[in-house]
Amino acid sequence: MSHHLVGVDDVHYAYPDGTQALRGVSFLLHHGESLGLVGANGAGKSTLLLLLAGVVFPERGAVRVGDWPVTPATLPHVRRSLGMVFQDPDDQLFMPTVEDDVAFGPLQLGLPPDEVRARTAAALARVGAAHLGPRMPHRLSGGEKRAVSIATVLAMSPDVLVMDEPSAGLDPASRRGLVEQLQAFEHTKIVASHDLDLVYEVCRRTIVLVGGTVAADGPTAEVLARRDVLAAARLEPPLRLQGCPRCGAAG
Amino acid sequence: MTVGGAGQLGSLGALASRDTPAARLDARVKVLATLAFVAVVASFGRHDLLRLAPLALFPLVLAALGDVPLRALLRPLALAAPFALGVAAFEPLLDRAPAFTVGGVAISGGAVGMATILAKFALSLSAALLLVATTGFDHVCVALRRLGAPRALVAQLLLTHRYLFVLAAEAGRSLRAHALRAPGRRRPTLRVAGTMLGALLVRALARAERIHAAMKCRGFEGELPLVRRGRPGRPDALFAAATAALLLVARAVDVPARLGAGLAGGLP
Amino acid sequence: MHMSDALLSPAVGGALWVVTAGAVAASARRVERAPDARRVPLMGVLGAFVFAAQTVNFSIPGTGSSGHLMGGLLLAALLGPAAGFLVLASVVCVQALFFADGGLLALGANVLNMGAASCFVAYPLVFRPLAGAKPTGARLVVASTLGGVTSLVLGALGVVAQTTASGVSTLPAGPFLALLVPIHAVIGAVEGLATAALLRVLWRARPELAPASAPSRAARMFTVAIAAAAVLVAGLGARLASALPDGLEWSVARTAGAAPAEPAPVPLPAVAGVGITLAAVALLFALLRALRRRARGA
Repeated sequence: MSHHLVGVDDVHYAYPDGTQALRGVSFLLHHGESLGLVGANGAGKSTLLLLLAGVVFPERGAVRVGDWPVTPATLPHVRRSLGMVFQDPDDQLFMPTVEDDVAFGPLQLGLPPDEVRARTAAALARVGAAHLGPRMPHRLSGGEKRAVSIATVLAMSPDVLVMDEPSAGLDPASRRGLVEQLQAFEHTKIVASHDLDLVYEVCRRTIVLVGGTVAADGPTAEVLARRDVLAAARLEPPLRLQGCPRCGAAG
Repeated sequence: MTVGGAGQLGSLGALASRDTPAARLDARVKVLATLAFVAVVASFGRHDLLRLAPLALFPLVLAALGDVPLRALLRPLALAAPFALGVAAFEPLLDRAPAFTVGGVAISGGAVGMATILAKFALSLSAALLLVATTGFDHVCVALRRLGAPRALVAQLLLTHRYLFVLAAEAGRSLRAHALRAPGRRRPTLRVAGTMLGALLVRALARAERIHAAMKCRGFEGELPLVRRGRPGRPDALFAAATAALLLVARAVDVPARLGAGLAGGLP
Repeated sequence: MHMSDALLSPAVGGALWVVTAGAVAASARRVERAPDARRVPLMGVLGAFVFAAQTVNFSIPGTGSSGHLMGGLLLAALLGPAAGFLVLASVVCVQALFFADGGLLALGANVLNMGAASCFVAYPLVFRPLAGAKPTGARLVVASTLGGVTSLVLGALGVVAQTTASGVSTLPAGPFLALLVPIHAVIGAVEGLATAALLRVLWRARPELAPASAPSRAARMFTVAIAAAAVLVAGLGARLASALPDGLEWSVARTAGAAPAEPAPVPLPAVAGVGITLAAVALLFALLRALRRRARGA
């Protein structure tokens, strides 16, 4: 019986101003699964990710990452298992150089300097950014920043990789590079995104959030073909599933 | 100086990431040498214009060893010059006693004083600019930490430097949006600026919280790691000794006068 | 208000460096002692904000000229005097190192004139008592305006005192004061108004950030101690510094003793000497450049 890696059990969460963001969301994620999280703005995707990472805590329900329930006391353990890539790379790259940023996580884990150096080099190589080591983050292009922000998390060798809108703001070439990289990662992945074509290519399972609840949960190819569910979520099918623009054949 | 001028100085800092002899020098040595240089320059008197001449060696050697083109220094110097001029301009007005004549024209002590202030300004500012151009702002900060500056200050310097371009860009977009909707005005009114700044501040605070979340997710406990390798070596000792020698000699001895007297004495 | 190195003697500049270093160290210790991981990114971003805010030039009502926020009062209101001072010190440092705004020798003086005046004097002794807890409306405007005027005028007084004690520039103190103080009083009032407008927007959007209580007794004692110490040491230091003979007085005494009735022509040896010196310097520079070019090309 495979032990599930991430467990979300009936979580409810409201913002400080009172708006209910999540109303009873539950799902289980197993090792090696790739999960896409889609929904309209305000449906609760980002909030759910913050709950997984332990940045905020649910008012009701529970979150588990690996062996650990996500509580303020267990955060150091949770952070070793779950790596979160935030939506705005500028928020994530806060050290003077790229190298410093990627080394930050391993240093905080208490690893010896040689190990830190090795992990930094490996993570940068993994995302194709080995040459960016001494550069300053604010001078990088959007695609480079995105790659480096992923490397900062990879260097911590997490079990689960969580990403919030990874393709936002990327030009098509950078986006293609990102999709290929994500496809190559063997990590368990959770990707929250509006980019349904990316979700289609990268995630084998998809959850649709509508108004803070789970409206659909199943294989990506099936879920993203259900126009009724997508419409309720203010979404459209991915382009590859829409009709052919030239001959008009149905998708 | 506006952050727009930062583009110029940002490129000055970018010069530091190249591998040049000056860049290889220990950052702490460069910081201390620059501070000593600035102090010695400031120690010269109001009329010591000519005695400053040998001190030009320090910035010029640093520029040569750092492959810094001199014209890269001109723009920041020009931008900062008005302030020095503002001060220097008082000299000829207040000190009118003639100091000497040149071809029949009397040069006042004030004119010499003005030239001295401007020369000191150029020397000190060049030294500071070259420090950044050969070391990079972040390395200077880490050097300050290794020289004993408090942790909180250095972390503060690094983060401020990291995010000032990001926030300045946001401010620029707000100003541009304002300009497009207020064709008659060049600048916003005080009240509009207040609300604009307030909105920018709210967003800045939200960003600070997101950064904090990102830091925490990577294990941040409260202190930024400021790890730097490198220990001073022979080239650093050489540079320090040469700088000390230059400063001591220039301060103790009136080099141009001695050279001139020697020349005059040597001439038949 | 950034002083350039041209205005200060090394003795005065050095003395103020020492004072400022002490204030920075004390503030850093105080900030580090309060264990709050949030403060690192918050202070960093606020430092960046001050830079961004200084690019927003607005028209000063009544005059045609433009002004911008300096930020000392705002930082103290958001972070408290110690952290606010540290952030402002970092801003002034970055301005000097990175933007060539204000000299390196004058760094200590500039931090003191801008940071200490606003965070350790104007904020706790003027703004806070006038504004009280939960400041709104007219009360906020008045407190902020007076706080701004205090900050800037104190800073201007500092500049004049330090310049005069240095004796490098020939500007006499009286006219200098008469020139700077009124200007900075107006700038200070504008600073106060801008700060008040900003705080109003902020506290309406984030009411939880508005101060709920008066500063603790420990905090108040700290700021008063720092302010008093700074003033005392700066005053003593400046006094001591101006008592030391420096190059200026020495050369003045020398020329005064040997002042000729008619100004003499330029002594040729001196000019030749300068010529030789500059030629040697230029030669060495050209040599090094050539060597470097060879090294790069190789």
